[in-house]
Amino acid sequence: MRRAKINKIIKFSNVDGPGNRMSIFFQGCNYNCLYCHNPETINRCNSCGACVDSCPAGALCIVDSKVCWDKKLCVECDLCTEICMRNSSPKTMDYSMEELLEEIKKVSGFIRGITVSGGEATLNYKFITELFKEVKKMGLTTFVDTNGSLDLREDIYSEFIRATDKFMVDMKVWDEKAHIDLTNIDNLIVKKNIEFLGVLGKLYEVRTVIVPEFLDNLETVSEVSRLIGGINSKNQSGEDIIYKLIKYRQVGVRKEILDEKLLEISSPRDEMMEELSKLARSNGVEKVIII
Amino acid sequence: MMSILDIIKDTNITFEQRVLGLARAAENSLDVLKMTDYVKEYREAGIICDLFEGNAPYRPRYILPDYDKFIKEGCEFLNIAPPTDIWEATNNLLMFYKHVPSITTMPVYIGNIDYLLEKFVTDENEEESYRAIKLFLKHIDTTITDSFCHANIGPRETKAGMLILKAMRELELPTPNLTLKYSKETTDRLAIESINTALVTAKPSFAKDSMYREDFGGNEYGIVSCYNGLEVGGGAHTLVRVRLGRLAKKAINKSDFMERVLPELAHEMLGYIDERIRFILEESVFFKVNFLVAEGFIEKEKFTGLFGMVGLAECVNHLMELEGNSGRFGNNDLANKLGEEIVKALTKILKDHKCKYFDREEKKHLLHSQVGIETDAGESPGCRIPIGEEPEIFEHIVQASPFHKYFASGIGDIYSFDETYKKNPQAILDIINGGFNMGLRFFSMYGNDCDVVRVTGYLVKKSEMEKLDQGKVVLRDTTILGKGARDNGRVLERKLRKK
Repeated sequence: MRRAKINKIIKFSNVDGPGNRMSIFFQGCNYNCLYCHNPETINRCNSCGACVDSCPAGALCIVDSKVCWDKKLCVECDLCTEICMRNSSPKTMDYSMEELLEEIKKVSGFIRGITVSGGEATLNYKFITELFKEVKKMGLTTFVDTNGSLDLREDIYSEFIRATDKFMVDMKVWDEKAHIDLTNIDNLIVKKNIEFLGVLGKLYEVRTVIVPEFLDNLETVSEVSRLIGGINSKNQSGEDIIYKLIKYRQVGVRKEILDEKLLEISSPRDEMMEELSKLARSNGVEKVIII
Repeated sequence: MMSILDIIKDTNITFEQRVLGLARAAENSLDVLKMTDYVKEYREAGIICDLFEGNAPYRPRYILPDYDKFIKEGCEFLNIAPPTDIWEATNNLLMFYKHVPSITTMPVYIGNIDYLLEKFVTDENEEESYRAIKLFLKHIDTTITDSFCHANIGPRETKAGMLILKAMRELELPTPNLTLKYSKETTDRLAIESINTALVTAKPSFAKDSMYREDFGGNEYGIVSCYNGLEVGGGAHTLVRVRLGRLAKKAINKSDFMERVLPELAHEMLGYIDERIRFILEESVFFKVNFLVAEGFIEKEKFTGLFGMVGLAECVNHLMELEGNSGRFGNNDLANKLGEEIVKALTKILKDHKCKYFDREEKKHLLHSQVGIETDAGESPGCRIPIGEEPEIFEHIVQASPFHKYFASGIGDIYSFDETYKKNPQAILDIINGGFNMGLRFFSMYGNDCDVVRVTGYLVKKSEMEKLDQGKVVLRDTTILGKGARDNGRVLERKLRKK
């Protein structure tokens, strides 16, 4: 029986695709972005136990040399994830396919679909393919939020892509070197995936976090919007790809890995976001969303 | 109660509020209602509460005139002929509204205004109609100075309805309150436009049309005041309510409450409701002389009485404690079940009660989940979960939905959403659809970042409450009530709906 490590489930989300959706965050990521807003989703817990004593509610303990978490006692203070040296969380949940479907069924009347995210959801593509097949039977739509790092053009992903209604792909920064600096990995595949999924009609939106002074936001937005605009103009389905520009926010970022200059970065001003949005529109993106 | 001289000298109220206060003081100098010792004692203790309706009711509390008839036929008494264009239609209604009394003296229901105006709105005169509608709404806000005044739109999409929503977004005024009757007939466009409007100005609310239609036997109904569902052409004579939290203190344990305390209270309160109705029908002359009755805009057969309740949460929590259980209403299955048991018991008592002033045997007083008043410290509205203890929105809806079927004349929760929902109003529509499928009948929302907010059922401006904080006079009496609810009921501390 397939199982998966889930970091978090948000029953109602309004920012992960059209309408109200259930968002499922898988544990584990192949990126390690400097500005990661939820670093506790990057690695799997190795039960080192460092977090256990930090818990003020006594929700953590060690059983058979494994860290165990009692959801009922947890007060969601997140001290455990702050103290974790591994960018992990003791609060992940191990779900079987059936258990996860049960959770989805509970809210199915209130949502129009589910979105898998992470961490990096596609690392669990086999599990997700099976999950999506079942979810579609409930009349719900299936979305994937991904960093686009796996080469989805490869044959092994074809079934996964078929089961997925739409993808939402992060395009963090256009310049390759800057991308490696930010994530440890180059972005060639990401660019290819955007084009591939876009032409296939499976690309719902591309997302870029705007970080003033730290990244070349102008170049990224300019290049990405040109790419999207090019696909949109060929698109027959009438559904334009969204370009979502996300304001950088300090909430959740790891202060210890940012040097002093970066610590001073504040959220971009509304005027800057508007200018970038205008630029994207002028490059042929009809739907630009600022959040 | 303030003395007459206090009312005259009060620096915080407008001229109209002063006149009203004086009228109330005059009415309350009388002692003409027959009350049992039980009612007297429980009224004194604040367990039975008639919401300052007055000691000698001389008009029904809520009146829902048949405005459709007025638009079609005009009004002889007011010498108003049927309108021929949008200006006459809006003007006629404004004239008429000033003659529709209620407990606040101002109309609590002003009709399905989109349907009333629709035949005067065309593609050609859309711009002019928009101007007329905006002036109409602005006029209502300035002259009907309390936001218990309630309009309805829908379920069908109309040009007038879309213009009304647009104007409300632009004006951001608390009055009139608004509800969309939502059904299969409602287009997604109208629903989304409504949500977009609600995120700016806290209205409209959504009412599940099919559920109300069934409860009112297919008769036309209106949502009035906070969210009271009542029959058009009728209304409610009176609304008396019980504070269940305080009542629970009279019981020695749960079964004592269910078997002795609650039934006794219900019977006594029903007797008091009937007594108030007796006075309106037999001694006051409203139904004998008022033109609304004479010309058939209302019929006394279509009126009912409202049995209100607040503080179910506090009542349940207290009974749970008496039984040695720590579970709390809203977050515990046992507590929620007990809550429903109490409501069910009241429903049964109301069903078995015969009011001799109703012409038809099957006609009953209606149960109303009342939202409380500004002085209700420590008693949650109706069947709501105490503010601050609300679970996540999904659990909240699951918890609330079983209660809605018992309250034909109104129950509702208020959900506050953060600004990200403005980008995705479909998400809220999905939640409303899910809620209605699960059994909710009424859904109110507002954007947390807005000036106009929903307090317990009606609307106020935060900026106006701040004015009041500074001791300045404000136009709407509901602002005064809103400030009380904010200070005593923490109504602005509702949990925000964000992840």
